[in-house]
Amino acid sequence: MNDKNNFPDNLIEEIDAIKSKFPSDKSKSAIIESLLIIQHHNNGYLNEDLISSLADFLNVTKIDVYEVATFYSMFNLKPVGKNIISVCTNVSCMLRKSDDMVSYIEKKLKIKVGESTKDNKFYLKNEMECLAACNGAPMMQINHINYENLTYDKIDKILDEINND
Amino acid sequence: MIKVCTSTFSLANPSSINTYLEQGGYSAWKKIIKDKTPKSEIIQLIKQSGLKGKGGAGFLTGLKWSFINSNEKQRYLVCNSDESEPGTCKDRDILRYNPHSVIEGMLIACYAIGASVGYNYLRGEFIGDQWVVFNNAVKEAHEYNLIGNKILTSDVSIDIIPLIGAGAYIVGEETAMLESIEGKRGMPRIKPPFPAVQGLYGKPTIINNTETLATVPYIIKNGEVWYKNLGINDSVGVKMFCMSGHLNQPDVIEAPLGIPFSKLLDQCGGILDNKKLKAVIPGGSSVPVVKGQDIIDTPMDYESLMSIGTMLGSGGIIVMDESTCMVSVLERISRFYYAESCGQCTPCREGTGWLYKTLVKIKSGKGTQSDLDLLNRVANQIEGHCICALGDAAAMPVISFLKNFWNEFEYFVDKKQSMVI
Repeated sequence: MNDKNNFPDNLIEEIDAIKSKFPSDKSKSAIIESLLIIQHHNNGYLNEDLISSLADFLNVTKIDVYEVATFYSMFNLKPVGKNIISVCTNVSCMLRKSDDMVSYIEKKLKIKVGESTKDNKFYLKNEMECLAACNGAPMMQINHINYENLTYDKIDKILDEINND
Repeated sequence: MIKVCTSTFSLANPSSINTYLEQGGYSAWKKIIKDKTPKSEIIQLIKQSGLKGKGGAGFLTGLKWSFINSNEKQRYLVCNSDESEPGTCKDRDILRYNPHSVIEGMLIACYAIGASVGYNYLRGEFIGDQWVVFNNAVKEAHEYNLIGNKILTSDVSIDIIPLIGAGAYIVGEETAMLESIEGKRGMPRIKPPFPAVQGLYGKPTIINNTETLATVPYIIKNGEVWYKNLGINDSVGVKMFCMSGHLNQPDVIEAPLGIPFSKLLDQCGGILDNKKLKAVIPGGSSVPVVKGQDIIDTPMDYESLMSIGTMLGSGGIIVMDESTCMVSVLERISRFYYAESCGQCTPCREGTGWLYKTLVKIKSGKGTQSDLDLLNRVANQIEGHCICALGDAAAMPVISFLKNFWNEFEYFVDKKQSMVI
């Protein structure tokens, strides 16, 4: 994607559709969903140029966009691996040994939480939130698709499949 | 077995509009449009049904609707699908298996409060599944002219618009959600003014939980007496109970309010590996923990849980067996609230950090008796001193864990290790 001022046509169309969800003088409301789409088109992360471009496009200040980009945990402000893994480690999952699952993934991918693999295939997010799948604990999301009732075998299978893709 | 919000869950293609229509879906909405039912009549009926908000606070839904400031022409409805209270996993199922009940409930609520737009705010992490299903359901409802301009050729026009978040627990707080929809950081607003007077873009706004709105069409269709009688004894209606933790079959169970805890436990196949029940957090991680023996025979309703010193909250029931280290669980809970505090109010921003760091210290074997007192002191200094309930949510677990499991915390400080390992 072009980092500078101009978004490609298809992206402009998508952002215009987001803007149309709100009153015409409330374009600020479009920031969050627009950033998600821009990030998706930019290998999963945002940078200052993209933030500035969106600010110009929506006619809001750069700080308006920047403060949103830094507040919400799904925005990455530095490059990350292609497949984003979030293991839920909140109470319900912790009781079902989610911490062991995290350690297993760390060992398997040879990274720590918060890091990406050398080949840039995986990023293990430091997930703080409960991912609302407590009856399927332990669970993880990869690119926001749920994998529940995890076991080491299951993790092997899921990660190997993505790795060989 | 009672099925309200879950009535489509076990059917083929549960999320499709045809499935919903075959179950009598949208009949409440069609009747309202056809009969031009007065708004006050709908609000009255929801009031009489005793429907309470199912997101956590348990406020009477009809009463909330009646607070809408009708002097302002532009009004909004917001459906809170930012399901993120730890232990809660019900709205995720409603959104993916019964999305049309949410849409119909939103339409009826919009009509009753005079809103031309209803936004449904889904948490960002739902983007891969529920977001796709819900958007598709909205498209279907458009095709059937059930939403949008001149609905079913009447003069009623209501838009239902899905919105997506991007990861922030605090946005589940209703005024933080309004800030987020306005495109800002999710920082709660000072109340009053309440959203029903000054909400989204300064306009009167009603915010309801997903499960609450999904229940509305069924009440309109079957009547307020039907809903009232679904409960047990004095309890009114049903609730989705999210059963997680040390259970043989963790599950989401829709059941009458007032069902004894022991029955829910049985329906989940009992405690994992036949161990003994130790403790329960019955309403999401921010409500007080209780000992297993104190809750086992308790009816699961607002009043009964209050009488044993806790709350029904969101219905996120976290079950812990005898092998659970309460110090570790509290440390995990405190880590979460520390990470998710928006930082706006000093007692919460600083206090959640103190709680977490003190618990890390205790868990690493460096804690002292005075650290336990410090925990209590800090928790009490947060509670009631902040704009929103996140601070209270961080404080209540600390106070209740210490009260109910004091000897376990003392043991850890004394012996530098957990009592259960």
